[in-house]
Amino acid sequence: MGLGSLASRALRSSSSSRVLSTNPRYNLIRTIVSTPELHKPEAATEAASEPDLPKRTPIAGARVHFPNPDDVIEVFVDGYPVKIPKGMTVLQACSVAGVDIPRFCYHDRLSIAGNCRMCLVEVEKSPKPVASCAMPALPGMKIKTDTPIAKKAREGVMEFLLMNHPLDCPICDQGGECDLQDQSMAFGSDRGRFTETKRSVVDKNLGPLVKTVMTRCIQCTRCVRFASEIAGVQDLGMLGRGSGEEIGTYVEKLMTSELSGNVIDICPVGALTSKPFAFKARNWELKGTETIDVTDAVGSNIRIDSRGPEVMRIVPRLNEDINEEWISDKTRFCYDGLKRQRLSDPMIRGADGHFKPVSWRDALAVVAEVLHQVKPEEIVGVAGKLSDAESMMSLKDFLNRMGSNNIWCEGNGKYLDADLRSGYLMNTSISGLEKADCFLLVGTQPRVEAVMVNARIRKTVRATKAKVGYIGPPTDFNYDHDHLGTTPETLAAILDGNHPFSAALSTAKNPAIIIGAGIFDRQDTAAILSLLNSLSAKFKNLITPEWNGLNVLLLNAAQAAALDLGLIPESDSGMESAKFVYLMGADDTNLDDLPKDAFVVYQGHHGDKGVYRANVIFPSTVFSEKEGTYENTEGCVQQTVPAVPTVGDAREDWKIIRALSEVCGVRLPYDSISGVRSRIKNVAPNLLRVDEREAAVFSGLLKPEGSGKVSAVPFGVTVENFYMTDAITRASKIMAQCSALLAKK
Amino acid sequence: MLARLASKRLLEIRQAFRQSPQTIRSLSTALNYVSSNLCFLASKSFDLDSTGGTCAFSDFIDLVCLFGVCVQHIDTPENNPNVPWEFNEANKPKVNEILSHYPSNYKQSAVIPLLDLAQQQHGGWLPVSAMDAVAKVVEVAPIRVYEVATFYSMFNRAKVGKYHLLVCGTTPCMIRGSREIEDALLKHLGVKRNEVTKDGLFSVGEMECMGCCVNAPMITVADYSNGSEGYTYNYYVREHHKLHYYPFSHFNEDITPKRVVEIVEALKRGEKPPHGTQNPERINCGPAGGNTTLLGEPKPPPCRDLDAC
Repeated sequence: MGLGSLASRALRSSSSSRVLSTNPRYNLIRTIVSTPELHKPEAATEAASEPDLPKRTPIAGARVHFPNPDDVIEVFVDGYPVKIPKGMTVLQACSVAGVDIPRFCYHDRLSIAGNCRMCLVEVEKSPKPVASCAMPALPGMKIKTDTPIAKKAREGVMEFLLMNHPLDCPICDQGGECDLQDQSMAFGSDRGRFTETKRSVVDKNLGPLVKTVMTRCIQCTRCVRFASEIAGVQDLGMLGRGSGEEIGTYVEKLMTSELSGNVIDICPVGALTSKPFAFKARNWELKGTETIDVTDAVGSNIRIDSRGPEVMRIVPRLNEDINEEWISDKTRFCYDGLKRQRLSDPMIRGADGHFKPVSWRDALAVVAEVLHQVKPEEIVGVAGKLSDAESMMSLKDFLNRMGSNNIWCEGNGKYLDADLRSGYLMNTSISGLEKADCFLLVGTQPRVEAVMVNARIRKTVRATKAKVGYIGPPTDFNYDHDHLGTTPETLAAILDGNHPFSAALSTAKNPAIIIGAGIFDRQDTAAILSLLNSLSAKFKNLITPEWNGLNVLLLNAAQAAALDLGLIPESDSGMESAKFVYLMGADDTNLDDLPKDAFVVYQGHHGDKGVYRANVIFPSTVFSEKEGTYENTEGCVQQTVPAVPTVGDAREDWKIIRALSEVCGVRLPYDSISGVRSRIKNVAPNLLRVDEREAAVFSGLLKPEGSGKVSAVPFGVTVENFYMTDAITRASKIMAQCSALLAKK
Repeated sequence: MLARLASKRLLEIRQAFRQSPQTIRSLSTALNYVSSNLCFLASKSFDLDSTGGTCAFSDFIDLVCLFGVCVQHIDTPENNPNVPWEFNEANKPKVNEILSHYPSNYKQSAVIPLLDLAQQQHGGWLPVSAMDAVAKVVEVAPIRVYEVATFYSMFNRAKVGKYHLLVCGTTPCMIRGSREIEDALLKHLGVKRNEVTKDGLFSVGEMECMGCCVNAPMITVADYSNGSEGYTYNYYVREHHKLHYYPFSHFNEDITPKRVVEIVEALKRGEKPPHGTQNPERINCGPAGGNTTLLGEPKPPPCRDLDAC
């Protein structure tokens, strides 16, 4: 709700009425009408006014979905007829009709509170203005949003709101993107009648992420509803009453949710703002770049706000199919890791064990020389968890040309079969999870592995009371669940049918099984996968032509694309016999088995774990600085967009490998990012279809070969510390604070 | 410069009061009030050092009492979430009785009666662990109980005396002299507002309109001396909550504050002074010396006489 739209609406209505009275064509139309009833002047204005209404477009792409054609009702918004399904509120009807109603407490994704009263509109035959957010639209209702009564009512509400709201916009971080500020420009008075002192409220400590200035709070309760409904932490509440009313936790308590940063976005005023972003920049100084997040395999849509070469903050972007309009705290606050611990120059480790900055030419020459001295089967390449498809393609092409096919991506393990796409994707899709009525989570803790997927499951469980079964180590859930067991043997019991949960699975219409990517590191991966395939054979509803409920929840942004591109190790003994290891941003690979004399090249953006063992460092770029293709866990392909320039002498990953290939004498045949992409097209054409989900080939009943017996080893915890999972988040100071204060002990 | 000095001093005061349990209740709001008025203080050269923290703070308390009390909980040795608290054996059947009044899927409806029971069990006030216990009984998050307990002024979240004396502060009582009544009480008991006397018997608070303005000024004595013994749900307001109303008529600056002191002394001796009007010439809300109007049978209103129309 911007000031502009309000102002333009006011202008539009006044100008259109002027046109109505003075337009000569209008008079002409009246005279030539031959219908007798239109000769009466009142009837004529009524009939003629309709075509004169300007065409309106729904606000923010509001879509009307009619689940039942009988339930369609028609209401009139400022005289403009609009068809809506029964049960919509007046406010929703107005937004379909293209009228944006000012509001503070109402939020599309939260329950209706109706306590700010800013959305008052006039309804014909109603004695008082009505709060449109809470009033259901009734057939034939005549809603007037632009009348003096509605305006006066909103002005009254605004005056009361501003009574206790401090006039500290110049020092408020919300300034420039504040709903109250914007709407006070339309409905506020230029002076106040309130002569008492304003009330003040004690600030609350909600942790290292959310800064509170509670005196600015207007008690809309959006944060309270967000915390209890979406985030599933019952921490915030509305305490006291009357003028002493305040938002708080009552007892001293931090907000321990992995979604807590979203209260910053939904707060309509500056009461809850970002602590790390406090007093750093004004929103109009920032350049927004619409890109995606790579800290987990969900690929949340984000906007990177940058000023000059610096990323100032990250905010979510609406994508109904992936992250709705929320993002996790890790996504939002990892940005300070983008500027710390960065590798800016190529470096070679000298004889004394210290790194010395060198030129690209020298560094590439050294690596090329070493590469030619080792046998092809002793070369190993590992792509890191943040790698984009382009760089993984070039790494694979390059090492293949050097004679090695021992290239894999972190987190995919040795035992995974990448032949069938359905074997490693979330086949139901993230938004499709809302249709599920029974969940079985196997060895996955979605709350820390993929926050947005967990939010989606929670949404479903809240809405439909879907049953959730969980097999894995005891962990935190923010919805009701049954802890069925800790080992894969529970899965076997469910398959046998003598487990209570089998009944739930067989009666469910759309059951969904979600397997954590943590099982890829287990020796019995194939056995577990074959067990799941047997499950899908036993429970017929698991895989039907309309529904594929067998899902894998991946951990890292690079995983899906790596498997699509076929980054699978050729031999089981990758590291033990390696003489040359090419780590492309791989920091979480276990290098203990590596022979002491092996030569390690680390190509990456952060001085993280991989650097300790490296002999040569190639500096590369992070996701905010490059154009790269990522595939998320549901197989949706998205691309990052560079928001800020690179640091120092760093280059994009694929360019470094392309340069190295030339020095090695096996020149890769592409010189531009589009060249790499046309190469990708030959291997995995789906990676070029951006924002599309390529459905996996139907493969329910193919049993992986060599499936043995599942072991009795319990499933492990895959993500130990939610706030620190990769090189960027480990470099981030904010994430360090979070893991110190908020991480579950 | 002055502002900086004042703010530094303020921090010291804040720390000093953190340790003093008696003054905790209004602390945050008080300090908050201070911070918003720092400039005012600084401009008046408010010498906090020479008057001493307590003195300055008591002034703030008075100011704060006009604005209500703080809703945020501050941990003290006797009131923190780690203090164990549960309904005692005598009250456990009552808890089940209260819960039986509501459908099992709307257990949270029982939160107010349960809080009241907990308050009576705990000598008239609700420590945070008692609220947690109630939350466990009604199966909601503790914050949902805190919301209710902070909303109703009848739930005391800081310690009160066995007899909690509540002086009406609404306009009719105020113009009939409730301030003087309160002053007399505070002076006699030697406490501040919302403070408990040393013997733990009395505390003085404020209650808004008791709905009997014809007998203004009024005080309420909340009698927690018997705990929740003999408590039954149906009886709750009349018998056992012991809300005695002491309306004073013939209000006179000399007499009535005296009468209030007499009542306090009687309570201290363990007597139960008669509730209702303290003017012997009056019966309930009637005027002194008997009725002066409405002596005969009132005439029916003419408009109701349908035949006459």
